[in-house]
Formats: sequence, structure tokens, C-alpha cells
Amino acid sequence: MKITFPHMGNMDIVIKALLGELGHEVITPPPITKRTLSLGVQYSPEFACLPLKVNIGNFIEAVEKGADTVIMAGGIGPCRFGYYNQVQREILQDMGVNLNMVVLEPPDQHIGELLKRLRIITGSNSWWKLIKAIRFAYEKCLAIDALEKEASRLRCRELQRGDVDRVYQKGQKAIDQAKTVKEVRRCKEEYIKAFNSLTLDWQKKVIKIGLVGEIYTLLEPTASGYMEKHLGYLGAEVDRSLYLSEWVNEHLFKGLLPVKGHQETRKLAKPYLSCIVGGHGQESIGGAIEYAKKGFDGVIQVGPLTCMPEIVAQSIMPLVEKEYGLPVLTIYTDEQTGEAGLITRLEAFIDMLERKKIALGQLP
Amino acid sequence: MDKAQEGLYLGVDVGSVSTNLVLIDGEGQVQEALYLRTQGRPLETVLRGLQSLARSYSNEQINGVGTTGSARSLAAVVVGADVIKNEITAHAVAASNLVPGVRTILEIGGQDSKLILVKDGIVTDFSMNTVCAAGTGSFLDQQASRLQIPIEEFGQLAVKASHPVRIAGRCSVFAESDMIHKQQMGHSLEDIISGLCEALVRNFLNNLGKGKKIDSPIVFQGGVAANIGMCQAFEKALGHPVEVPQHHKVMGAVGAAILASEAVAQRGGVSNFKGFTVAEQPFGARSFECADCPNLCEIIELQEAERVLSRWGDRCGKWTNALPSEVNNPAITAEMEATTP
Repeated sequence: MKITFPHMGNMDIVIKALLGELGHEVITPPPITKRTLSLGVQYSPEFACLPLKVNIGNFIEAVEKGADTVIMAGGIGPCRFGYYNQVQREILQDMGVNLNMVVLEPPDQHIGELLKRLRIITGSNSWWKLIKAIRFAYEKCLAIDALEKEASRLRCRELQRGDVDRVYQKGQKAIDQAKTVKEVRRCKEEYIKAFNSLTLDWQKKVIKIGLVGEIYTLLEPTASGYMEKHLGYLGAEVDRSLYLSEWVNEHLFKGLLPVKGHQETRKLAKPYLSCIVGGHGQESIGGAIEYAKKGFDGVIQVGPLTCMPEIVAQSIMPLVEKEYGLPVLTIYTDEQTGEAGLITRLEAFIDMLERKKIALGQLP
Repeated sequence: MDKAQEGLYLGVDVGSVSTNLVLIDGEGQVQEALYLRTQGRPLETVLRGLQSLARSYSNEQINGVGTTGSARSLAAVVVGADVIKNEITAHAVAASNLVPGVRTILEIGGQDSKLILVKDGIVTDFSMNTVCAAGTGSFLDQQASRLQIPIEEFGQLAVKASHPVRIAGRCSVFAESDMIHKQQMGHSLEDIISGLCEALVRNFLNNLGKGKKIDSPIVFQGGVAANIGMCQAFEKALGHPVEVPQHHKVMGAVGAAILASEAVAQRGGVSNFKGFTVAEQPFGARSFECADCPNLCEIIELQEAERVLSRWGDRCGKWTNALPSEVNNPAITAEMEATTP
């Protein structure tokens, strides 16, 4: 069995760790490129959102490398993503691609359900071994999230363009290659230190931007047109409302671990959006409020074009903007999104926040 | 060199349809404005504009240069810009300078439209068309030529309408089908054109104005603001008078010039301006596809007399970084890096 999976940010490192520990041969799909997207777009329904298309591209390219089994996430609730694995299975079948699909869905009640589904992948491994593998993978997840967070925070302060990303890329590689939990933890500390020993401009008064929105476009840089990097280069300190480790803990482990969740975020959204609308609609509203309370200068909401939960959130956002005095920019991306247009909007948004601060005397 | 005034700032706005060059004085007043059609040749058009300015002005009169518009990076390399800014900021800066107290800016250009909300001279909110270009200048251009009416007279006809017909304006292709249908039904041309203007305004406000409070004074700028039919349709839909500034066609360039004056002042009066003689240099731009990875980035290379001036478009930075560092103008390098992930 040669197992592959779709890309989503740094998830490949985590899944590779999990499956590798269980003794599987893992085929990581090639990095997402224009070719991946073209393949995905060619075989996907046009009105599906970007994640489905990129996933299909990943699957095709992974099969080219010899994969025969794919792990795909499912979902419950109003977001269409929950149904994508079924659609993708049909698309692959129609294409004549032989790929066995294992769907992981959030357990309804108990983590045991997830473990049961995982049984297909765990094979003859003992429960103990499985738990150990999950722990190892999760440790990598925590470490890589910590590095990514630090990179987004510091990018705007680098004096030599690219310094932060060079450290970040080295860190990614080191964590990917780490063999034990201890080693992963050491890597994390080492690279956090490496970030802070860079020559950075700590005097610089920066604009603070919070990112909220749909998980795939938040986590996968190619899906958001490398938004975090662009914002950093435009002089903004970026914080993201969602990381993989948080999502895994909340949805797969049912909040078993003491990692920051989004219960508070959803509570903040309640006065504006009291019910679940699927995806991260509620979290987008609540996240924006959290950032306003923390004194951020602005919030950018990202989502794939036609994303229903984010459209619902977007229509409520003006009220949040008004009540909290928080500027929000909404950006949807799909395969048609031009990078020039994206940068124009990001630059204009940063300019707007900067000029406002200068007028208020908070910036020179 | 008959126009002897010192301390001018040059603003260059290279857009999809028009390329505008303006000169402003230290007070922000427009001294000279050129409106040229880009015709798909941004580089040549900028050079043509510089040549025509060189006839009346000398290098010493220019204290600074700013570029804006979709080809701002390209233009910046050619002229040696002090500041490179996006169109939204440039338009807002220009409007706040020329129309003090402005609260809302409607801007419709060749292929994009913007709605900018301003308070006390500061942008508070903006939106720009994302997935659809229906209702922008290019579409009006196309319709005018289909009806064989000069674009300048298009608006005049709209004003003469007695009963504007309702045109489906969501998509420009369907808008055209609907216009043909209405013509075949026997509606007058005036009514159809007026109906088209109303449909485009409806589309603009639906696309960009959702959830935004539009306060007066309202300024309408960009090439399409010359169309009196569109102005009237905006006034009707918004219920407020809409002001069209004298230099509405070149406001982006005015903004770039004002921003250049700010940038030069901050830097202590030093400008990167290369002088009007650049127009005589043999500039050449070429593009090629890098085949080193499946991203197949399109690399654009700008040359001046066989010497590579600048490159951009690569995701990994391989081509950009391969340049000797002395060719890089700091303002441009910063912009290029911002645009190259």
C-alpha cells in the first residue's frame, strides 16, 4: 500500500510522520504548482471551490508517483467540503484512475470512532503503537505551527529580504527529518532561537493584521497567493486565527489537549451569528472581534470563491466593523485570481491603515 | 523649454486602456496633463509621453516622480521612480487634495472600478471589482463602437432619453444581448444607452457598495466620468449630486505625483528621476517562461541598451536575484520583492 494525501500548508510533514511511524510507504504529492492547479481545474466541476480542484491535482500527481491509496478528510455540517471526498472518488473513477480512498471524518461523539476508522491504515499495529504515532505526528504539528507563527510575526522586521524565510525553510526541513519527539522539540527551540538571533528592526512601527477565514485558504499559501508573505513584505505583522494543531485538537481529539481552541471565538460571534453556518463562518466573525479587542489595526478575511460560510460571515462583517471600529478586507481566491490584483488590494489596505495611524499620530 | 517653472513633480499612471502623465507644482495644482491610449504597449506609450513632455520641460524642473497603475513597476524602472503606489491610494490622495472634504470616490477606469470611502482625508474603506469587469470603460468602448457612435458622444445621447429601458447589466455579454434585443423591439437608441448607464451603475453599487454607507460630497473620476450619462445615472441612484473634477481622467497620475512630492521631501529632496533623455534610450522588454520547475513562471526582463535593468515574475527569486545589485533602484526593488513571493 502506497499512501498519499492532499496538501494543505505544512500538513504533509505531519501526515508523513504519522504514516511513517505506522510502517507505511508514504508518497507525498509534488508541491502545488501551476501544473497541479491546471490538472485539478481540468477534471473538476467549475463551480466547486478551489480546495476540491487543488486536491484533485494533488491526487493525479501522486498517482503519477505511484500512490494507490489516498487519505482524505470528510466533514459534517453545511460546508460542501464534507461531500468532496465522494465527488473526488467519482471524478477519479471517471478518469480511470485507480486510487483507493480512505475518508477520515470527525468523530460524532468519541475519539474511539476516529481510531476505528483509522484501523484501515493502522493494520496490524497495536493501539499503543498508534497512539505513539499520533503523539509523534502531533508534536511535529505543534512545532511547525510555532515556526510558521513566528515567521509571520517577524517577516516585516527583517533587514535582509528573505532572512526569515530562509530560517523557516530550514526549520521545516529539520522538523520533517526529526526522528523522535525529543528531537522535534529540540528543533523547535533551536529554530525559534534562530529567528530571534536574526538582525531584525525592532524599532520599526508596524501595522498589525489578523487573518481570519476558511481553513484551506488560510493554511495553504498557494491558495491565498502567498498572502502572509506579501503582507510581511508590505510591512505588516501578521497573526492567523487558525493553525493545523488547533484544528486537529478541536475536531479530531475533541479538545483533549490543552491547546488554544475556538470556543471563546465562537462565543464572541454569538451576538452576530448565533448558529453554525458550516466551515469557519462563526470563527471568522469571532476571530475579527478577538483581533479588534487585542488592538489589531485591521483584519483580512480569506476564502475560496463561492465559499458559503465565508459569504455569510462577510455579510455580517460590516456590523462588526462598525461596532468595533475595525477595518476588514475580504478576499476570495480561485484559479483565476491574478497575483497583481491581490497585491494591489493588500497594498491599498496597508496604506489605508498606515495613513490612518499617521493621521492619529501613532506613526511617524 | 518655454514653460519655466521650478519644483514640478511628475506622476505616471499606466493603466490597461490609458497612460497618463501629469506635472503638478509644489501646491499640488496640475500644470500639465497628458492622456494617451496605452494600446497594449505600455513601455512605448510611457516613452512617447516623456518625449512630448521633454519638448516643453527640462530635467531640472522635475523634483520627483511617482508611478501607479497596473504597469507601475515597469514604468518605475523606465523613469526612475521615487514612489510606486497602487491605484487605490493614488486616486484617494488625488481626490482629497483637489476636492477637499470629499467623502466618497467613485472611480471607473478601463478594466477596473473602485469605490473609496474617505473621512478627513483618510481612506476608511474601499472595494475594487474582483471577479467581473462589466460596466468598466472597455465595455462602454466596445458598445460605442458596435453602435458606431464616438465614445465622446455616448453620454450625450443618454441624457436625451425619455424612458430609459431596463438592461440586464450583471454580465457584459448578456448586457449586449439584451441591448440587441431591445433594439430589435424598437426602443430608441437614447433610451437604450441611458438604460445601459443605469444598469452599469446598478451593477457598480451592487458589486462594490454592499454594506457601505455612501456619503456626499461624492466625486466621480476615471475615464468613464467623462460620460455624462453615467454621472446622471449615479446621481439618480445615490440621490446626491456627483462632482466630476476637471482632471478626472488623470487623477491616478495626480495622486502618484503628490505621493512623489511626499516621498522626496521625506528623503531630503533627492530624486531617482532619470531625466527625459530616457525616452531616447532603446528600451526593450521581453518575457520568457522559466522551465526549471512546473510553476512555469513568466519572467519579464527589461533592458536598456542591451543591459538588463530589471526582472520580475519569478516565484523563487532566482532570476530577480541574478541581477547585479547596482541596477536596483531601492524603491523598485522593494516593490518587486513585494510582488514576488
